[in-house]
Amino acid sequence: MKHPLVKYLREEHLPTIFCPGCGDGIVMKALFMAFDELGIEKLDKYIFVSGIGCAAWIPSPHIKADTVHTLHGRAIPIATGIKLARPDLEVIVVGGDGDIAGIGGNHLLHAARRNMDIMTIMVNNLVYGMTGGQLAPTTPIGFKTSTTPYGNIEYPLDTCMVVASAGANYVARWTVAHFKQLKDSFKKALHKKGFRFIEVVAQCTSRVTNRMGIPPSHYMKELLRKSINISKVEFGSQIHDDQIIIGEYIDRDRESYIELMARMEVK
Amino acid sequence: MVERHFWSGNIAIAEGALRAGLKFYAGYPITPSSDLMEYISRELPRRGGIFIQGEDEIASINMAIGASIAGLKSMTATSGPGFSLMQEAIGLAIMLEIPIVVVDVMRLGPSTGQATKSGMGDVMQARWGRHGDQSLVVLAVSSPRKAFYKTVEAFNISERLRTPVILLIDELTSHLWETVVIDDGIKVVDRIYGGPDDMFFDSSDPSKPPPMPRIGEGYYVLYTSSTHNGYGVRKTQNPEVHSRLVRRLNRKIWDNTSQLFKLDIYPDPDVDGGDIALVSYCSAARACREAVDMLSRDGFRAFSIELETLWPMDYRILSRYLKDVSLIIVPEMNLGQIIYDIRLVAGMDNVVGYSKVGGGIPIFPDELCRFIKEVIRR
Repeated sequence: MKHPLVKYLREEHLPTIFCPGCGDGIVMKALFMAFDELGIEKLDKYIFVSGIGCAAWIPSPHIKADTVHTLHGRAIPIATGIKLARPDLEVIVVGGDGDIAGIGGNHLLHAARRNMDIMTIMVNNLVYGMTGGQLAPTTPIGFKTSTTPYGNIEYPLDTCMVVASAGANYVARWTVAHFKQLKDSFKKALHKKGFRFIEVVAQCTSRVTNRMGIPPSHYMKELLRKSINISKVEFGSQIHDDQIIIGEYIDRDRESYIELMARMEVK
Repeated sequence: MVERHFWSGNIAIAEGALRAGLKFYAGYPITPSSDLMEYISRELPRRGGIFIQGEDEIASINMAIGASIAGLKSMTATSGPGFSLMQEAIGLAIMLEIPIVVVDVMRLGPSTGQATKSGMGDVMQARWGRHGDQSLVVLAVSSPRKAFYKTVEAFNISERLRTPVILLIDELTSHLWETVVIDDGIKVVDRIYGGPDDMFFDSSDPSKPPPMPRIGEGYYVLYTSSTHNGYGVRKTQNPEVHSRLVRRLNRKIWDNTSQLFKLDIYPDPDVDGGDIALVSYCSAARACREAVDMLSRDGFRAFSIELETLWPMDYRILSRYLKDVSLIIVPEMNLGQIIYDIRLVAGMDNVVGYSKVGGGIPIFPDELCRFIKEVIRR
């Protein structure tokens, strides 16, 4: 008997290329369970757009839907073009922190500002994993990476806070250790309009946990320990090495770009 | 029905695009292409299309690529610095075989340069601006009328060959207002779509692109910017797949050179040689035509060749026109770019460039004549 979620996969591309213990598979499973629980059997009306990086591989080539694997950082504008041309399709962007918040940060900001009808999943492993574990805009201060051998002296970006304040309809952060919350966030976001942003803090086994000398499972326990719900922190509280703010940053229903475009009066 | 309009070059491009079936435009303000975008922002929604202003040129061209993937004829327009920013995405459109038209309204560079002034310095960038082995089609226009027709042609080529097409116009021509008479019927080429079992990324005949896939139809299309096989499956270790793909992507352009390469020869397209040939494009080509008249009045046998296609270039055709000519002048509003190709055809000795840069001051016919007479005296 096949695994019930295999229906969402291009089976000929299995096994996935992810390293053993990678968080990407957990994100993938949470997304598939969200589809399954929503009763979405086929992804014919879903299109996945990704840039470059390990997380960009979650949809391409694995997910059985239309998948567009594009340039580093440019998944969001390409997704925007697709959504405007085909408002009937649900467009989902999947990428890493370097791809979405680093090189593509400007596009993220403006897609959120426009409240563009795109769901974006950002898998945050705190580094540039695919290229060897270099400093990312999300790397905690003090963190040693391939390009911060003496410890990082840059403050990390709280991407969720930026996206929420820029105007997105839904913003949440979870870690891969919060599977049920993550899945429920996906379900919620799939039913909403406008820009939806879900960040998932995940382990990079090749560039982070192995350098720390701990197995991924220990790292996941650490993620759980460090996590604090947004309702329990003061506004403006910083994320840092020992504090991962989780939960929903915003959940609202401002008119989306597609809705505003539909009622634009063209004279 | 004959239509008469009083249009600038930029408006003529916009109208050409709209009549070729433009349904999506994304752009970012930059002089001297902004007025083209402003016109489109008003007209495109009226004619059933979608306009969006991107947060930068990179976003704009990627949005246009996305819309084309989703089935709409798409375009963006920009100038110098914006054109530089778009190069990576043009490479993506080449690799994914996405039809798209990119208009570059050329201004003086490098860098910010003289932002409002005309230049023709983006020729080599239009051809070679991307990394890797790649080809595309570059058209150049010298009048609002040509801007109109060549824009239609740019869309048709991009759809027929599944390729980005770059349309070069210089600032002078883009803001030149002229009566545009539309008398020739406009032929519009539409995209050829394949079925669910078709190969969308390989074809048995390299001169013909594979059909486009439709999205949202359950085809489960795999688009990837990495090297891929005919079904879009990433193949980054296999030398044969890469060689086959990039050779086909290039041959798709090269094998159609004879159809794509177009010249406007003045005064007589059946010219059987002459003593002096003036080879140019964009606004410089206008000066060349008038210079030919002036030289003829002075008893010289001169003719001009306007290159309406800058890439791919049919060197055999050019050679046929240039082989017996004793003096070939290549006027450009840059320090000499297309002259390299002309020298490839006609050799070093009798090909002389005429460069004018700075201030956006056009090349004038009388200065060309003076220059040519000086060269002859030497």
